[in-house]
Amino acid sequence: MTELKTEEYYLSMGPQHPSTHGVLRLLLKLDGEVILQATPDMGYIHRGLEKIAENRLYLQIIPFTDRLDYLSSMSNNLAYVLAVEKLANIAVPPRVEYLRVIMAELNRIASHLIWLGTLALDLGAITPFLYCFREREQVLDLFEMSAGARLTYNYMRFGGVARDVSTEFIKGTADFIKKFGSKITEYEALLTNNPIFLARTKQVGIITPKQAIGYGLSGPLLRASGIKYDLRRALPYSIYEKFSFDIPTGELGDCWDRYIVRIREMRESIKIIDQALAGLPAGDFKAKVPLNLKLPAGETYVPIESPRGEFGFYIVSNGTNKPYRLKIRAPSFCNLSIISNLLKGWKVADVVAILGTFDIVLGEVDR
Amino acid sequence: MIPLAIMLFKSVVVLAFLAVTTMFLVYLERKVSAHFQVRYGPMRVGWHGSLQLIADALKLLMKEDIIPKMADKWVFLTAPVLVFVSAYLAYLVIPFSPFLVVKDLNVGVLYVLGVTSLTVLAILMAGWSSNNKYALLGGLRAVAQIISYEIPLILSIIPVIMLAGSLSLSRIVEAQHTFPFILLQPLGFLLYLLSATAEVNRTPFDIPEAESELVAGYNIEYSGMRFVMFFFAEYLNMFTVCALAATLFLGGWQGPLLPAPVWFFLKTYFLVLVLMWMRWTLPRLRIDQLMDFCWKGLLPLSLVNLILSALWMVFYG
Repeated sequence: MTELKTEEYYLSMGPQHPSTHGVLRLLLKLDGEVILQATPDMGYIHRGLEKIAENRLYLQIIPFTDRLDYLSSMSNNLAYVLAVEKLANIAVPPRVEYLRVIMAELNRIASHLIWLGTLALDLGAITPFLYCFREREQVLDLFEMSAGARLTYNYMRFGGVARDVSTEFIKGTADFIKKFGSKITEYEALLTNNPIFLARTKQVGIITPKQAIGYGLSGPLLRASGIKYDLRRALPYSIYEKFSFDIPTGELGDCWDRYIVRIREMRESIKIIDQALAGLPAGDFKAKVPLNLKLPAGETYVPIESPRGEFGFYIVSNGTNKPYRLKIRAPSFCNLSIISNLLKGWKVADVVAILGTFDIVLGEVDR
Repeated sequence: MIPLAIMLFKSVVVLAFLAVTTMFLVYLERKVSAHFQVRYGPMRVGWHGSLQLIADALKLLMKEDIIPKMADKWVFLTAPVLVFVSAYLAYLVIPFSPFLVVKDLNVGVLYVLGVTSLTVLAILMAGWSSNNKYALLGGLRAVAQIISYEIPLILSIIPVIMLAGSLSLSRIVEAQHTFPFILLQPLGFLLYLLSATAEVNRTPFDIPEAESELVAGYNIEYSGMRFVMFFFAEYLNMFTVCALAATLFLGGWQGPLLPAPVWFFLKTYFLVLVLMWMRWTLPRLRIDQLMDFCWKGLLPLSLVNLILSALWMVFYG
């Protein structure tokens, strides 16, 4: 009798797959269920936004930034206008700074809610997804009230914001953050200490602090590995130094740490919004800035802490009204660099858990 | 000739009953899940969406029947039939009431376990013949899981058989006329329910068809009516394990005041609701954790339960 032979095989996971969060394709080399090699393949929604930007006025680029990380358009807007303002030396009225912080933090909550829902969905728990969307809906309603859009807000302007907010918005936001804390507790009741959830996430996909720094990870991934690095504190932009909030960190850098860091971040965002609403001054919502803005020749890079990590715009200007070069540092893309190393030795089911806690947005990965 | 006609008539009645049951179960699942998730669920077709399932069935009937080019055609075509037949056959011995049973076999329990374990063969056939790696992975997972969980499942039933002294389902129900066996076998009931959940691939053990990993698992390449067969069988199997649990542990159709079938359905649907509750609350285990749970948790426990029950019967029974 001849001995039975087994062989390795390739499994193409994506670009059409429910758990690759868009159009990421992972080419997995498998031995049964165990991953021997994982090769991420991307570019399925590459739109060449960096090149397009070279032929647009500075103002016209703002809507394009919406389409990068489409789950946190406000952060993208903010990073871009901060970079331009820095190069053009535009002073921003105080009310604008507060509004921007409120919007960015609301957007962080909305973005983390999607992440939480899809992570639970990837692990087979369907119900938290609906709960998260219920609350995200309220945030989107607030954005609709202020920016007029529900996904691509196009809200920030150089030296200001597109529209001032109404009193209903302020009241709605205050209501929302008052109730939202108990909602987080509700999600946690379903997941945090659930034995199955713990079995699926604890000790799974561990990133050591050294690896995290070596691969240039940022955002919740880096903090989950135990490194207390948040650009809102490390390199304060806008008016973040005025607010008191904690930077949650993990201990082990496994999937569960990445989960709990983001959960705690949502609670911190509530604190920030609360303080910003209390301190919101009256005044202009826009500085006088020409529509056809010309930037002085030079270059600048401004990173901000987007929900996914260090999100930055590098602008090179040659003194005209269009950027000579616009480079986007997308956290999802940089965070993805560790994936092929990290997935080795885990099982197919762990791929979705690990990818789920990475919280990638393909619009940003491909740009 | 006449007995044959009667048998045929009975089978058709069972088939009709199964069709209605499946529809009702799917409707129930959609409504239950919706209310778990603060939604309404189907609302448009009929009163509170009650006709939704008929609309869905019609849609699925009209779908194109796709057979993948590289599939192993005959195996691919047989698998859904086999999965349905094995689900269907189990109903022939389940006693809905003292008289409402197609055929009261004297080896009823053995028969049910036998025919339902054919499901695994059908699932493997479906996964293998589709010539799709996701389907293959789903099929392999299903085989590993279902065969493993069959052991604690059977071990947890054996004490009941010992108590009743019979393999006939009707006799087991009659043996519970003073009190249901769950009072004597609480651990056995729990072990049975857990193994049975894994046996019918429901969350947290829905690993063979984990849609976020394997997209749909073994039935990924099936469409239209053939897909319906799998879907049908899945819900029928869920009903079977719950009906079996009600029969073996909860006293089947026995109960005060209400007529016998009512009691049977009440108990069965209560267990169905428990399974649905689990599905819409819990995440899913990983395949190796699932195996650990079976071989290191359920199997020793069910062995202990069996030995203790045997000892108890020898000394006090």
